[in-house]
Amino acid sequence: MNIPKNLYYTESHEWVRVEDGHAYIGITDYAQDSLGEIVFIELPEENDQLTQFSEFAAIESVKAASDLNSPLSGVILTVNEELEDNPELLNEDPYDNWIIKIEIEDEAELNKLLNAEEYAKVCE
Amino acid sequence: MKKTILYEDHLRLGAKMVEFAGYEMPIRYTSITDEHLAVRKQAGIFDVSHMGEIHVIGKEATELVNYIFTNNVNSMTANQVLYGMMCYENGGVVDDLLVYKYNDQFYLLVVNASNVDKDFEWIQKQNRFDADVINKSEDISEVALQGPLAEAMLQKATEYDLSGLTFFTFDEMPIFGYDCLVSRTGYTGEDGFEIYGDHDAIRSIFNRLLEDNPELLACGLGCRDTLRFEVALPLYGNELSADITPIEAGLNFAVSFDKNDYIGKSVLERQKRDKPKRRIVGLQLEGKGILRHGYDVYHEDTRVGVITTGYIAPSTNESVALALIDKPYDKMNQELAVEIRNKRVKVKVRSKKFYDKKYHK
Repeated sequence: MNIPKNLYYTESHEWVRVEDGHAYIGITDYAQDSLGEIVFIELPEENDQLTQFSEFAAIESVKAASDLNSPLSGVILTVNEELEDNPELLNEDPYDNWIIKIEIEDEAELNKLLNAEEYAKVCE
Repeated sequence: MKKTILYEDHLRLGAKMVEFAGYEMPIRYTSITDEHLAVRKQAGIFDVSHMGEIHVIGKEATELVNYIFTNNVNSMTANQVLYGMMCYENGGVVDDLLVYKYNDQFYLLVVNASNVDKDFEWIQKQNRFDADVINKSEDISEVALQGPLAEAMLQKATEYDLSGLTFFTFDEMPIFGYDCLVSRTGYTGEDGFEIYGDHDAIRSIFNRLLEDNPELLACGLGCRDTLRFEVALPLYGNELSADITPIEAGLNFAVSFDKNDYIGKSVLERQKRDKPKRRIVGLQLEGKGILRHGYDVYHEDTRVGVITTGYIAPSTNESVALALIDKPYDKMNQELAVEIRNKRVKVKVRSKKFYDKKYHK
């Protein structure tokens, strides 16, 4: 299972990459592998306000629907709309294909996230 | 949790395992879509050893089976297989099953894994006949070989002439030298076989078939469900249940009124005559999304039904569903709405045959 060292993680299998005060958010390799082929994603809108650990999108595999939870609070700056027509990109490269980019509201919230080592234990 | 004899083979083949009916079963080995399309275009093999097998044996075996079964056992010939249901007095379904007739005094009933104990108790409770009911489920393993190449693949493993084994018949024959019961049946809408034998026989057959046939794919329960869904075969717990009768499910072909009394007959006969108040139909989603089991269906602000199964059909890429819809909202092209995550999406009633069956007649 691929778990890059430079990211933060949630127990619900989302990742965060922090860059210049912004956060890119996606789903982990473990998440895409457990779900199987992702065939649909319901994306949020730009400017939506997110709260840490609350639902922000839904993804569906052939078999089931699951909610995605935002690892951080903040306003959505960009939505990766390419995923709408090509949700399988999340299977192909889950770390390259971020889902949303947000403005980080409170850096202290990062302390509530897992590092790669801690997340690896969640996946065992 | 219980394991089938193929458990280690599933792990070796890289299966994702899930709990199903008390068994650890493969949901998929590669991807549900790839396995689905392999069955449609080539062939797939499924471990269905979790299914239940019940023998009914004795002088009045026919009478007992007829009393609990909606379809007409009297008209069966030896080596025939018949599909039907066991119903409660109120017409609700105990289970749907296949009945295999060896002779007038010997039947094999193949039932859903999740219902084996309930079914066995139910049949015993109804048994006021000179017949013995024996649960053989722990002794028998089963694989299903399905797809257009199934006959050619199985023919290489037996001397028996499979071209003569017609749809919904069975026979006993050696497969790779092991004594098996083989029926020309399945749950995919494709030609194919269901093979029953003792545990070691089935394990060898499963592995030998995969070794000998590079075009054969091991297939999990994931695509078993999408395959049966595309050809509108019902699943107990979705399209059939204690609360849904076979008439409401549109399974009139499996309900006979030309035989003596059986459990549920009077209710089903009345329901057929008066027309059921709701029935299973197909739905087509016009926009994007997926209609899932349990989602509510609306006409304006009135709830008029529920989705029983929904997928993006892997063979056609259409977002479609089976749904139990109240009359009069069940007519072709009726516009309805389905609530997905608190949002309404538009759907239209359509034929529930999302894909044409391709059986060997």
